[in-house]
Amino acid sequence: MKRYDLIIVGAGPAGLSAAIEAAKRGLKVVVFDENEKPGGQLFKQIHKFFGSKEHKAKVRGFVIGEQLLQEAADAGVKVVLNATVVGMYLDKEIVVRIGEEVHHYKGDSIIIATGASENMVTFEGWNLPGVIGAGAAQTMMNLHGVKPGEKILMLGSGNVGLVVSFQLMQCGCDVVALVDAAPRVGGYGVHAAKVARTGVPFYLSHTIVKAEGEDHVTGVTIAEVDEHFQFIPGTEKHFDVDTICLAVGLSPMSQLLKMAGCEMEDNPKRGGQVPICDEYGETSIKGIFVAGDVSGIEEASSAMIEGRIAGIAAAHHLGFIDDEELKLKTAQQEAALEGLRQGMFAPKNRGKLVEKTEEGIDVSMNLLKKGYIADDEIERYPGVTHKVGIHPVMECSQNIPCNPCQDACPKHCIKIGENITSLPVVNPESDCIGCGMCVASCSGQAIFLVDETYEPGFATVTLPYEFLPLPEVGEKGDGLGRNGQKVCEAEVVSVKTSKAFDHTNLLTIKVPADMAMKARFYRRA
Amino acid sequence: MHEINDRSRDIGPFVPGPDDDMIICRCEEVTKGEIRKAVHDGMYTLTEIRRYLRTGMGLCQGQTCAKLVKGIVARELGVSPAELEPATSRAPMRPIEMRVFAAEAKEDGEDEE
Repeated sequence: MKRYDLIIVGAGPAGLSAAIEAAKRGLKVVVFDENEKPGGQLFKQIHKFFGSKEHKAKVRGFVIGEQLLQEAADAGVKVVLNATVVGMYLDKEIVVRIGEEVHHYKGDSIIIATGASENMVTFEGWNLPGVIGAGAAQTMMNLHGVKPGEKILMLGSGNVGLVVSFQLMQCGCDVVALVDAAPRVGGYGVHAAKVARTGVPFYLSHTIVKAEGEDHVTGVTIAEVDEHFQFIPGTEKHFDVDTICLAVGLSPMSQLLKMAGCEMEDNPKRGGQVPICDEYGETSIKGIFVAGDVSGIEEASSAMIEGRIAGIAAAHHLGFIDDEELKLKTAQQEAALEGLRQGMFAPKNRGKLVEKTEEGIDVSMNLLKKGYIADDEIERYPGVTHKVGIHPVMECSQNIPCNPCQDACPKHCIKIGENITSLPVVNPESDCIGCGMCVASCSGQAIFLVDETYEPGFATVTLPYEFLPLPEVGEKGDGLGRNGQKVCEAEVVSVKTSKAFDHTNLLTIKVPADMAMKARFYRRA
Repeated sequence: MHEINDRSRDIGPFVPGPDDDMIICRCEEVTKGEIRKAVHDGMYTLTEIRRYLRTGMGLCQGQTCAKLVKGIVARELGVSPAELEPATSRAPMRPIEMRVFAAEAKEDGEDEE
C-alpha cells in the first residue's frame, strides 16, 4: 500500500488550493480526480469573477484554473487524473480506480474536496432527452464546443441559471425565457440585467408544467404558481423549445465522508448532507478535512480559500507547522473568506428580502421581479449621474463584495472605499477620459460610458459587448432598453478591443439624446 | 426507536395521484407511484426503499434521484426531508465493473514510491 502525507480527493478549486498550501510546507501530496482534466468547474467558467484583487476579481474562471494548476505544479503537487476514489475506510485508507485496476492508498491526512452534483426537479416529461442540467450545458459548450440546443428555456434564476443563460446566448442559442418558481430573482441583479437587456423575458413565480415531445423535447408549458407553489389555472404559457435547462441548485457529494464514519448533518442551508466540521474544515475524524462545496454550497472563490485553510490545517495536524503559523496563516484566509461573505447575498441573508441597500437606498423591485432596473428607478443609485461630456454610469444597485472598477480608472473617477460591498460612486472632481477600462473591468457588465452631448440631438452610449461576430463601425441596428425592448435606432460609431479589456469589447452606439439613459444594448439589424 | 420509523404510526391510506406513473429513478425505472406505495407497504427508511425497489442502485448510484426519492418518501410520511436518514453510503462509490473491482494493482513499479 502506498502512503502519502496528504491525500486529496478532487482537483477542483478547493482541492488544488489545499494541495498548494500543504505542498509548500513540505508535505508529500497526491490529488485524485475522476475527470480527465483537472480544475473542477473552473474551466467551464468563462465569465469574469467578482470580488477584490485577493479574490482574483475580474479574472475569468478558466484563467484562475490555469493559474492554480501552474501553482500546484510549481509546488510539486502530484495530480492523478481519471482516478476515481470508490471508497474511504477506517484509518484513512482509500481505494482508487485507475485504469483497469484498483489501487490502495493510505494518507496520514485526507482532504475531501469532491464538490457537488446538480439537483433535478420532476415534471411531466422531465426525463425526455433535451432536459439537461445547467452544468451539463456548460460542459457541452465550454469544454467540448458543442451547442446544447437551438431554442432553450432556463429554469432557475440563481447565479448559475443567469450566468449559463448568458453563455448559451454567447454560444448562439436562443434563450426564450428564464423561469423560476421563487417570487424574486435569486442571483446577482447585474447578472440578471445583462440577460434581460438582450430581450430574454423573466417569469418569476412560474414553473414548468410539462415538457412536450414524444422521444425528445419539442416544447414546454409553464404556469404561474401561488405562494404555496401550486399552479394557478389559466396562467399556462407555451414555448417551442428543443432544450430545457435546469439550474435548481446543487447538493454536496459527501458520500465518501459518510462512508468513512464522519459525523454528518442534513443542513438545508448548506445544500443537504454535510459533515460537521470546525473552522479549519476538520471533521469529527481527526486528520480528515473538507473544503469547498462538499461542506456547504457556495462558489469557487470561497472554495479556494477553504481549500487553503484545510491545506494549512493538514500541515499543522502532521506537525509540519506550529500552532503560531497555523493561527497566523489561517487568520489571513479567514479574513478573506469573511470579506466574500458580506453584503446582500451573504449566507445570513439567504432567502430574505433585503429592501434597502447599506446606503439606505430602496432596492429595485423591478430588478427582482423582471430582471432589470426600471427607467424610473435607475436615477436613485449613486453611480448614475449626469455631466457634460463623457462620463461613467454605473448601474450597480446591490451590495456585493466586488471592487475592480475602483482600481480600473486611471483618473480615479470611481470610488467604493473601505467597505468592499458599498455601491460605487462617481468622484465629481475627476475627469473621465473615456478610456473604457471601468466598462471592461466590471464583472457584472453594469458600467456604461455616456456622452449626453455628443452631437446636437444625439448622445453616445459605450457598452460592454461579449458576442461574436462584432458589429462594424457605421452599421445601424436597434438600441434596446434595459428590458430588452427596442427604444430607438442606433448607429455603431466605435468598436474597441484590447488585451487589457480581456475579451470584453467596447461598443459605442449613437442614439437620440433622450435615449442616453435608456439605451443599454445593441441588436444587429 | 426514532419516531419516524414507528411502524404503528398511522400515515393514512395510499391515495393514487395523477403523476404516479412518472419515472423518478431513471436507471432502474422506478415510478413515483411505486415509491409512494412502498411507503404504505411499510418501507419508512430510504435504505428499505432502496432494497425494496432498487431506487438509486443503478448506473448513476442515486446522483440524480436520491434527493427526489427522499422528498417523495418524506411527503408520504408527513415529515421534513431533512429528518430522514439518507441511505447508507458504501463502496464502490461509483459504478465499477467486477473484473476491475477485483483487479488489485501490483504493489511494485508504476508509482515512484
